[in-house]
Amino acid sequence: MKDYIVLNINGDDYEFSLGKRLGQIPPSETLAQTLRERLNLTGTKISCGHGACGCCAVLLDGDAVASCMTLTVECDGKKIVTIEGLQDPVTGELDPIQRAFLDYSAFQCGYCTPGIIIAAKALLNKNPHPTDAEIKLALSGNYCRCISQYQVVDAIKSII
Amino acid sequence: MAFRHIGKPAPRKDGNDIVTGKATFLRDFSLPGMLYVKVLRSPHSFAEIVSIDTSKAEAMDGVKAVLTYKDAPENWRAGMPVHRKVLDKIVRCVGDGVALVAATTENTAEAALDLIDVKYELLTPVYDPDEAIKPCAPQIWEQFPNNTFPPGCWQIDHGDVIFDKIVMGDVNKAFEECTLVIKDKYTYNAFPSPLAPESPGVIVRWDDEDEITVWATSQSPNIMKLFGMDLMPDVKMTVNAFNVGGSYGNKQHMSNEFLYAALAAKVTHQPAMCYLSKTEHLLTFDQRLGNTMELKIGVLEDGSIHAIQGDWIVDTGMSSVFAQGESEVGLGEAQLVTIKCKNWDLKTKIVCTNRVLSGMVRGFGGQELKSILIPLCLKAMKELNIDPVQGFIKNLVSEGDEYIWRDGKPQTCVGVNYTKAIEETAKAFGWENKWKGWNKPSSVKGNKVVGVGVGVHANADAGEDDSEALIKLEHDGTVLVECLVGESGMGQRNAACTFAAEVMNVPLKNVKITPMNTLLNPKDFGLAGSRGTRTIGTAVHNAAMDAKRQLLERGANAFGVPVDAVDTEDGFIFLKELPEKRMPWIAVLSPMESIVGKGVFKENFQSPNFFIMFVEVEIDLETGQADIINVVGGSDIGQIIDPIAVKMQCHGTFGSAGTDTGLYEGHVFDTYTGHVMTGNMIDYKWRPFNDFPEFETVLLESGYDFAPFKGIGVGEITGSAGPAAVLMAISNAIGVEMHEYPLTPDKILKALGKA
Repeated sequence: MKDYIVLNINGDDYEFSLGKRLGQIPPSETLAQTLRERLNLTGTKISCGHGACGCCAVLLDGDAVASCMTLTVECDGKKIVTIEGLQDPVTGELDPIQRAFLDYSAFQCGYCTPGIIIAAKALLNKNPHPTDAEIKLALSGNYCRCISQYQVVDAIKSII
Repeated sequence: MAFRHIGKPAPRKDGNDIVTGKATFLRDFSLPGMLYVKVLRSPHSFAEIVSIDTSKAEAMDGVKAVLTYKDAPENWRAGMPVHRKVLDKIVRCVGDGVALVAATTENTAEAALDLIDVKYELLTPVYDPDEAIKPCAPQIWEQFPNNTFPPGCWQIDHGDVIFDKIVMGDVNKAFEECTLVIKDKYTYNAFPSPLAPESPGVIVRWDDEDEITVWATSQSPNIMKLFGMDLMPDVKMTVNAFNVGGSYGNKQHMSNEFLYAALAAKVTHQPAMCYLSKTEHLLTFDQRLGNTMELKIGVLEDGSIHAIQGDWIVDTGMSSVFAQGESEVGLGEAQLVTIKCKNWDLKTKIVCTNRVLSGMVRGFGGQELKSILIPLCLKAMKELNIDPVQGFIKNLVSEGDEYIWRDGKPQTCVGVNYTKAIEETAKAFGWENKWKGWNKPSSVKGNKVVGVGVGVHANADAGEDDSEALIKLEHDGTVLVECLVGESGMGQRNAACTFAAEVMNVPLKNVKITPMNTLLNPKDFGLAGSRGTRTIGTAVHNAAMDAKRQLLERGANAFGVPVDAVDTEDGFIFLKELPEKRMPWIAVLSPMESIVGKGVFKENFQSPNFFIMFVEVEIDLETGQADIINVVGGSDIGQIIDPIAVKMQCHGTFGSAGTDTGLYEGHVFDTYTGHVMTGNMIDYKWRPFNDFPEFETVLLESGYDFAPFKGIGVGEITGSAGPAAVLMAISNAIGVEMHEYPLTPDKILKALGKA
């Protein structure tokens, strides 16, 4: 059994040692914990901790997954993109979805926004021209309690 | 009035940080040496701790303190009036705090909880407020006989008059004058959770033996500080907030989490954070109040409500957080929708039971109140066969009407008349065609029936409490707003900048606002009751006008003209008659100085805000499933400040345990074990993205002269009218008068005689 894993996060490879000693990644550690606590990628938010709310969504090989329910040890060799990885690192240019959310003010408190943007990104990667129903279904696992849903759908529609 | 900024969408200043994940929320922040506090919670709803052994937990590496009721300071108490110790020998609800562990990591603290050994002696709990007030009922607090809290809330009634009842006129004589007298009882007691995505959390650091600094998920740092004065006397407190991940009036003071962190930090001499898991948030944090109202209502032939008599029982759970204040506001709000009534005998009673505590939530008790009062009023309209829309118009507060507000003082309504807003919203909904009469569906298609309903809410707290603001001008055209405004999603920090940009006639980009810190900023009560638009708006306006006057005096002096001959634009002072003749601010304001203007707003309860909500609900008669298929909400808000922000506040009726508490939302409580069964976001029901109905907003802008920017806030109350509208729509659709929330399929099938 391997005693390390390699994760590609936002374009960079990170090698982590597995185990229960201080500094190692134990089998119980979630991807959300690794991102937030080891790499300071705090844009990924933890809310329900049960995979129900979508706040912690990240792209795992292009699919949106709940990082609070994903074990880091299972991500060996995977390509992970977080909300921090959507912006062009050189030019600083925002992803078109981020730009649309800004232009449409498609958020209120903003806590659920990174997860919603990631879910929208996963949808558009696979289906660049979704219908209204497809957009809403793709976001059905994302909780927004301020109720920005109407504005979010308009923002996504503006770029398809 | 033509505005440069007001009324146009303003990109949020924190928007870039929010969409890129850079925005800081409390959990993204830490202090050097900060410990994590976890709470051992009671599995029993009422019990006495017989023994508690913490030795194994204390011996664990990384554990810095294990604290029990033996460590709780006598004079640190929460609740209203203060009564609840940080930890107590008696536990009074499932989830009540039993012990605290402070450790170097969260995992260590959690693991140590399992090593604490507690033995309890069980006591007999009481969950029903009607039972709790009986003389023979178990006593939850020794000092509060009959499980009834004394009235009064100084933050709300200002300590002069305790407003716990409306007694006026002669109800008995008035009932004799009425065409119709009805009596009925409605309940709203599913204790739903507003459930912000970000859990409540507090970090406390002791800076001296009587000074602390707090970082908290508080939408209003000053409200937290006001509470702190009661919780921890003789301790000076500075409160900071970051972006707050939703609050809905709910994450204001966080008394328990604050006291837990403060005690752990005090004992360990290290900063400490208490941050709730989502399950703790759902099961132990402030929920909506439980309400029952049994009223006798007398109505005149024209539909005017003439006399009201009865009791309003508020179930606040194991401890009152603010229920007395919420019922004081509620008594005021009750009058605003029954304004013709001058014969009252309505009394409130705040009762404790062995369930988790209730507290402040968007609507501040108004949603709970309207969900039971409006159906009672509508029942009278039904008996007289009056169209409910006309009934609301007849009984709603308007210019010149008199009422008593939360401080027990009489008020006369100034400046508002919502008749046109009601009519326009009804028209947009198509009420005339859809309304087929009481207890009649508006359409039937096979097994599907559709009913329509309408609810209203009004609240004179839209001008509550005082605000102060400072405006600082700098040589380079920068305008700094110094005002204590939080950001939990409403965009009020942006709005404060917009107000300053409007007066100073600069791009919004030039305006900055101070961080959320109670020490840095002048006093402002905090965001509550939709007050920000008017109160902060006025304070910022007045401060900016003061600063602008000083600036223009300098400019006029430099130009050698009278002050009314100059104006300012984009960081330049110019001659009104010759606009190309201009000088930059730096010409009269050196980089070594600044101009500071001060503005204040003084509390004003004379101009209530208002929201009306129409809903169309479709019901499957076979399954009892009810779905909202169309919503139109409206008001006259005088002047829109930001059209997108206010539209989303209207949409917010579906958040924060609002309208959906009429349909399906609420906790499931097991009265056998005292446990809440819905402690996660899978079991606790909420509306998913792909289940939102058509939603139209109708916001009139008549321009209110009582506010400098002509507007009044409405955000808080958009959920308050919803549950009653849903109840009415379902009653109409199935032809059976419903009385209890939420209207889940089992209740509907039962009403239809199918279950």
